Amino acid sequence: MTIASEQIATPAAERRFSPEWLGQAFSKVLLHVAVIGITLIWIIPTLGLLVSSFRPLDQFTASGWWTALVPPYHFTLENYQGVLSASNLGQSFFNSFMITIPATVIPVSIAAFAAYAFSWMKFWGRDILFLAMVGLLAVPLQGTFVPILKLFVQLGVTPDNVGFLGLWLVHTGYGLPFAIYLLANFFRALPTDLFESAEIDGAGTLTVFFRIVLPLSVPAIASLVIFQFLWIWNDYLVALVYVGSTPEVAPLTVTLANLVGSKGQDYQLLTAAAFFSMIVPLIVFFSLQRYFVRGILAGSVKG
Amino acid sequence: MASVTFDHVVKRYTSDLTVVKDFNVEVKDKEFMVLVGPSGCGKSTALRMLAGLESISEGQIRIGDRVVNDVAAKDRDIAMVFQSYALYPHMSVYDNMAFPLQMQHMKKPDIETRVKNASRILGLDNFLARKPRALSGGQRQRVALGRAIVRNPKVFLLDEPLSNLDAKLRGQTRIELQKLHRDLETTFIYVTHDQVEAMTMGDRIAIMNAGILQQVGTPGEIYDHPANLFVAGFIGSPTMNFVPATQENGTAKASGFSVKLPKAISAASGTLGFRPEALTDRVADEAGSMQMKVDVVERLGSDQFLYGKVGGDAVTARVDPRMKVDPGDTVKLGLDTRTLHFFDADTELALI
Repeated sequence: MTIASEQIATPAAERRFSPEWLGQAFSKVLLHVAVIGITLIWIIPTLGLLVSSFRPLDQFTASGWWTALVPPYHFTLENYQGVLSASNLGQSFFNSFMITIPATVIPVSIAAFAAYAFSWMKFWGRDILFLAMVGLLAVPLQGTFVPILKLFVQLGVTPDNVGFLGLWLVHTGYGLPFAIYLLANFFRALPTDLFESAEIDGAGTLTVFFRIVLPLSVPAIASLVIFQFLWIWNDYLVALVYVGSTPEVAPLTVTLANLVGSKGQDYQLLTAAAFFSMIVPLIVFFSLQRYFVRGILAGSVKG
Repeated sequence: MASVTFDHVVKRYTSDLTVVKDFNVEVKDKEFMVLVGPSGCGKSTALRMLAGLESISEGQIRIGDRVVNDVAAKDRDIAMVFQSYALYPHMSVYDNMAFPLQMQHMKKPDIETRVKNASRILGLDNFLARKPRALSGGQRQRVALGRAIVRNPKVFLLDEPLSNLDAKLRGQTRIELQKLHRDLETTFIYVTHDQVEAMTMGDRIAIMNAGILQQVGTPGEIYDHPANLFVAGFIGSPTMNFVPATQENGTAKASGFSVKLPKAISAASGTLGFRPEALTDRVADEAGSMQMKVDVVERLGSDQFLYGKVGGDAVTARVDPRMKVDPGDTVKLGLDTRTLHFFDADTELALI
């Protein structure tokens, strides 16, 4: 008791510069330095890209982007004009949406059901199935191209026959292991009492899923949607392999890459193209950001 | 409204892990039955079997005349209040209470009538639009009760509903729960590890230990006539004094005193049990009196507890708060032989 009251009586000035105070201040400073450092490391190249995208070709090849930051200024919109005037850009934009939206919605929906089963339903072989599925995370997708393409050709799942269906299917396949893993871990952390309470209240499996699990998992699902959307929107390889680069089916990434000539000419257009392609993921990110609610379970269990 | 019968109920997880052993209790219609015991004694498992959250390994559970072993939890016509309250955090208080009724596909106006009725009983009228996170612990607890009340169940199951409340609120809620039980006229089955809750709330108490039912009876019966050493030690605070003793010709001899037993028994040795209030500083009868060396004195205002030694045995006495005692003193105490117990050395059963 006496020790505690002495501590309370110590004036604030004396506690300052005490060993504990210094330790706390030091770790705070360290944290800020780390955060600022990491942010800078990521921002500087992006800034360079942005500046470069407004520079004319002759300067672009002659000097570094930072030289453009001092007068005399020579900024231009040529690069953006070049990208926008590429004849099939509108079609590519449309294709990207046509690929990305179903290839996000389908795996996230399937993953939500699967994750619920893996985390809260008892069935034979559940743990082994889950382990096997997590193991799939380690399979490099490049190794799957040839067998899947062979199979698709045999079954007639080609862009000529079924449009983007094949691409949706492979993106679903590639995305599911991670999606299920992420959601199952989140669902598993929901309090058992909620499920038991719902069971006694008379809610069936599907009701519990739609009325309790889904609303409480909005933050996890929102982050998963962002991940999957970004991965598919920015995907170049899978789209190129499964649907090719013909303008009718090529997504934005493939078309923009094709802007650069085969001998590397016009590569300044890539800088503008990169910013052009970043707009949509940014919109998706900021519109879903508000669902990252902290403490969504607050008030559920325990006082 | 219905009785509940546990008929030779067993819960076995693996062949060598049995958590409830041959459990037999009959809870009468409209009775407030408390299942009490230390943690891990199987009381919650027994309740969860009745609720339908755990399967029953052996035996039968009946609600009224209906065997419910294979009836789904939702069809047993019971409602349960969880220790953690288990409120749906994304739903308003109103929706939390309406949820079980919506599950029964009840019509909206009927749901509203029932929820409003329950919220009036529990004093939650002003909070119906709030989310659980905006409520205090006591209010959340009432919402959990409300969710049970709206269903108008045959049996209320309560699993340690007060253990997350602070001491003052716990006392208030204890009284409110008893009122609620009287108003609803429904069977309540209440699980707790707190013997004070058991003694104050239960019409009858069932005491469990290590998966085995020890005794069932009214609080008075259990306090005055514990069936065995465990029950005697579990109920009552401070706990009953236990001193090893030998018996010859109706006189029990302990290390520091001897006393004439009120009833003849055959056991030659065992444990003598007497509650702290059986000791008194007003010694009326020299026989059975003892010298106690006091180590610790606790003054609670209304009571005074003395902790010390009589002979070689630790003894607690509850004496008049006005008695002047200091640690280190030796006091002379008399023993009321009417409330004396004697437990068999081997079976630990009460012989007196």
